[in-house]
Amino acid sequence: MNSSQLDTKTADTRVGLFVSCIVDVLYPKVGLATTKLLAEQGVEVVFPENQTCCGQPAFNAGHQKDSFALATNFLNTFAPMLEQGEISSIVVPSGSCAAMVKHSYAALIEKNYTPSLAQKYAMVAENIYELSEYLVDILKIEISPPDQPQKNVTYHPCCHLLRDLKIDRQPRLLLKNYTNENLRSLPEDETCCGFGGLFSLWNEEISVEMGLRKARNLKECGAELVVVNDAGCMTHLNGILIKEGHSCRAIHIAELLAENGTD
Amino acid sequence: MPINIDAPYKPRIREALADLSVRKAVDRAMGQLAERREKAVDAIDNKSMRNEAREIREQAIRDLPVLLTELETNLIRNGCDVHWARTGGEANRILNTIAQNHGVRTAIKSKSMVTEEIHLNDSLEEIGVKVVETDLGEYIIQLAEEPPSHIVAPVVHKGVKDISELFQEELGMEPTMDPAIMCDTARKELRKHFLVADMGISGCNFAIAETGTLCIITNEGNGRMVSSLPPVYVVVAGIEKVVPRVEDAILLWQAATRNATGQDASVYFSMTSGPKKDDHADGPTEIHVILVDNGRTKVMEKGYADALMCIRCGACMDVCPVYREIGGHAYGRTAYPGPIGSILTPLMNENIDIGKDLPFASSLCGACRDACPVKIDLPRLLLELRNDLSEEKIVDPLQNLLVRSFTQILKHPKCYLVGTKVAGLVSKLSGGASQTFSKLPSPFNRWTKSRVLQKPSPHTFRKIWKESQKNPQASKHSPLETPSTTGAHQSDQDIHQ
Repeated sequence: MNSSQLDTKTADTRVGLFVSCIVDVLYPKVGLATTKLLAEQGVEVVFPENQTCCGQPAFNAGHQKDSFALATNFLNTFAPMLEQGEISSIVVPSGSCAAMVKHSYAALIEKNYTPSLAQKYAMVAENIYELSEYLVDILKIEISPPDQPQKNVTYHPCCHLLRDLKIDRQPRLLLKNYTNENLRSLPEDETCCGFGGLFSLWNEEISVEMGLRKARNLKECGAELVVVNDAGCMTHLNGILIKEGHSCRAIHIAELLAENGTD
Repeated sequence: MPINIDAPYKPRIREALADLSVRKAVDRAMGQLAERREKAVDAIDNKSMRNEAREIREQAIRDLPVLLTELETNLIRNGCDVHWARTGGEANRILNTIAQNHGVRTAIKSKSMVTEEIHLNDSLEEIGVKVVETDLGEYIIQLAEEPPSHIVAPVVHKGVKDISELFQEELGMEPTMDPAIMCDTARKELRKHFLVADMGISGCNFAIAETGTLCIITNEGNGRMVSSLPPVYVVVAGIEKVVPRVEDAILLWQAATRNATGQDASVYFSMTSGPKKDDHADGPTEIHVILVDNGRTKVMEKGYADALMCIRCGACMDVCPVYREIGGHAYGRTAYPGPIGSILTPLMNENIDIGKDLPFASSLCGACRDACPVKIDLPRLLLELRNDLSEEKIVDPLQNLLVRSFTQILKHPKCYLVGTKVAGLVSKLSGGASQTFSKLPSPFNRWTKSRVLQKPSPHTFRKIWKESQKNPQASKHSPLETPSTTGAHQSDQDIHQ
């Protein structure tokens, strides 16, 4: 049974959801699971329809001008909602998107500075949260192990979440509770899985070799499920695991917690 | 069998990935180096050391002209000859002249990446000078006629067996896998050259401006031999090697050794402030310092001064998951592989073809940034380089086209909606029960060669959301519990099959 302890001082009950383009198109159930997890804690979820992509693929490919256009759309979508008190936070079920907005937008704004945009960015950067961060640090969610027997679960920390946002304690805490302290330890867990966005296409051979290494490590630890916070890593890992005939599958943390947890 | 280091990028990467014995050696070596490094930095207040080291290097690069002038003044005052070389070619010409003036027949070298960068050995050999590398790793690759594959441990790409076979062939060593015997063989061989050398050449880890002192880090004592036995000693130093004070050099020495090899201190730290004085028992009678630019000011002018803070510890490549798979030779004909090399090579090398693919050869995981003792934000610099290369149209046109098309679709919410509808349609039409694609046309076949790809969902999240908003039964706080019209629960069932 889950309970929630909302910080009533802030009355943080309305958040803007940024699902990310990859969740929107490939994994709507991650978006649904995210919404469910938040709604169960009494949070009202708002989905501004003007959202598209945070601009990370363009930025990482070296097209900062195009990325800036997408960043502008993001800021113009969410900043007014924050400014007008329509929402108190933005929640993103993606470490890399949250990192893009929080950190890389600064580089874009620097090159295309206007005071209004800078202000929007400041507002957004201060109030954007990756999902596990929001669940643990703001909602102080309590997760109990599900009733039915579980598969062996391990955790792969996605690089942008781990190193750019320094979010690691939060997903691990959620999983520690979910697995009743039976979270499997993954060898070389902090080594990149090899997705790297478009790197997975332009340098597909290296990307695959890195993924195969991760698959070997997953096999070694005997996990049946590997939890991730990024749909990109999930796509790459499952792509390899399925092709190589492994039984382990990557699952997004939102899905794992939502499908079994709550009511 | 070493890969063809001059092959174009993609064939080179494929060749490197196919060489399992090199991959095994590199994997083992990087694992060890990364582990030793971690122990050494965990034993101290690494946060403070990184901040101090960064401050020193920031000051050095910021005040470069002033410090270089101070360095030159003090070197000359100490009795050294100072030469300035704008290019590698100029540096080599200066060195050749010095060698010819002294009738040099044999030169012994301590390991130096800048001399690799400017192809100094080739230049000396062209005028008939025998050049002998005295660092064991460099000596081995010299015998094997290969370039180094790592900036600290040049021979990580070879296993003990490879080296044993090499020594048997080149030095007539008995067949053995005993490292002690192999080292002793090399030592005896190198001794012969130490004793007859007319010139010693080294690089420079730190050039101390306030005292006119040149510092080199070695573990084998060869640095001491090179800098004190022959009558002429030449130091080749990149201009970015200057540091303001003695204590700066000492701190950076700590940072370098802990991060490079996991040592508290290297076995030798040689500090040379001038040639032999009358009351000295030994030392060179002449010291020449060649300060080399070779693209370094260009790096600063282009806005990448951060990259010049590098103290050449190699930590970035030790923790790099890409380097670990492909090894150093895959980065091409450059003295600098790995993350720092992926920045310096395209910036400094005259021939852009040599380095233009390197900034893209990274998943941007950030392990290098976390490891760097002087806190260089390597992923940030790689991203900036990608942007510069795209703007200068040096990138693969197909890559460009794909990204730009994708972005145009994403930019406009209406286009985005159409795009998602198309994606959903493709998914429906591709048929079959599978939720994944196993085969796709170019360029997406790059994905499906070795991976399956999740198919777009028949309904996007936003469509499901919109439908649920219309549904009057949907509660305010649980908008998506009603499955009937939305098909939400029918969507990709998935990857758990």
